[in-house]
Amino acid sequence: MARIPVVERIMQANDDVAAANRRLLDEHGVHAVNIIAAPGAGKTSLILAVAAALQGRCRVGVIEGDLASDVDAVKVRAAGLPVVQINTGGGCHLDAEQIRVALLRLPLDEIDLLLIENVGNLICPVDFALGEHTRLGISSVPEGDDKPYKYPTVFANIDALALNKADLLAFLPFDVAEFKRLVFALNPELSFFPVSSTTGAGIPALADWLAGLAAPSA
Amino acid sequence: MGRSSPRFGRPRCARYNPRCMHEYAVTQNIVDIVCRHAAKAGASRVKRVDLVVGELSTIVDDSVQFYYDFIAEGTLAEGAQLCFRRVPIEVECGACGHVWQPVDADWTCPACGQAQARVRAGREFYVESIEVED
Repeated sequence: MARIPVVERIMQANDDVAAANRRLLDEHGVHAVNIIAAPGAGKTSLILAVAAALQGRCRVGVIEGDLASDVDAVKVRAAGLPVVQINTGGGCHLDAEQIRVALLRLPLDEIDLLLIENVGNLICPVDFALGEHTRLGISSVPEGDDKPYKYPTVFANIDALALNKADLLAFLPFDVAEFKRLVFALNPELSFFPVSSTTGAGIPALADWLAGLAAPSA
Repeated sequence: MGRSSPRFGRPRCARYNPRCMHEYAVTQNIVDIVCRHAAKAGASRVKRVDLVVGELSTIVDDSVQFYYDFIAEGTLAEGAQLCFRRVPIEVECGACGHVWQPVDADWTCPACGQAQARVRAGREFYVESIEVED
């Protein structure tokens, strides 16, 4: 019997592909954003609202991740954006290999900002790097202000958080101050954007922030 | 996968995909790493796998063990005992430097009340070592 030291990161294989994706994106001047949120938080609507706000300023491309169907990709394509749909067939997250294949099908030289809509899930996507530059989380007001208590890992591992459906704050008992206190305790450097894809409130600020990330650093 | 479960029986759906939990993909990585190191050492079989998992990881131990048992089937890693060493979350206050282990998801500093926690430990996720037979 012998004990062999290994000390090898379990996610290394995925992270190696993610690093290659990142290099490819950088070569083409594309800034990629991995969007992580629960089902129904409004990921697709927010992507469409942001893309509309950025029209003429920043060329947006989209990767849609879903268990099944292309209903999201159809909506995005109807808005005139280049889009690739990934169906995970039951998989609860996107992984770097799926993104590698999707990138082959996108006109990267015609994209400044690539918005990757991950599978609706607050747990699994956190562990799988895709090669993204930025992670954007979305919470929505109907989910409740105690979400950070239940899913601390996701809130601790994002760069920015959009609080969507802010127009419903008038109708629901959601304590924004308490929510922000919990979120910032988990992640002090977070950028925070209250938005409503329905009314358009807050969308320009989020769009400006994303455009700033995608702008070539001259 | 095709294994029967006492509650639901054998999956009937033709498009049933065993990757429905991310522990499946993760466990595949673990088996790959274990087999590679065991083969390199010229081992005949792996007896034990030691894993280090931070509390910030989203991995469920039982689920990894469940998938391991059949992903490792027919490999050098088959039948090995999985041992998980959990590393508690440890954070440091960016304002006053206080270091503590949060008991829940409220990471407000218990010493100064500021919300500026930085993670010092808890993100670990690696295969530490394996025990093999020659």
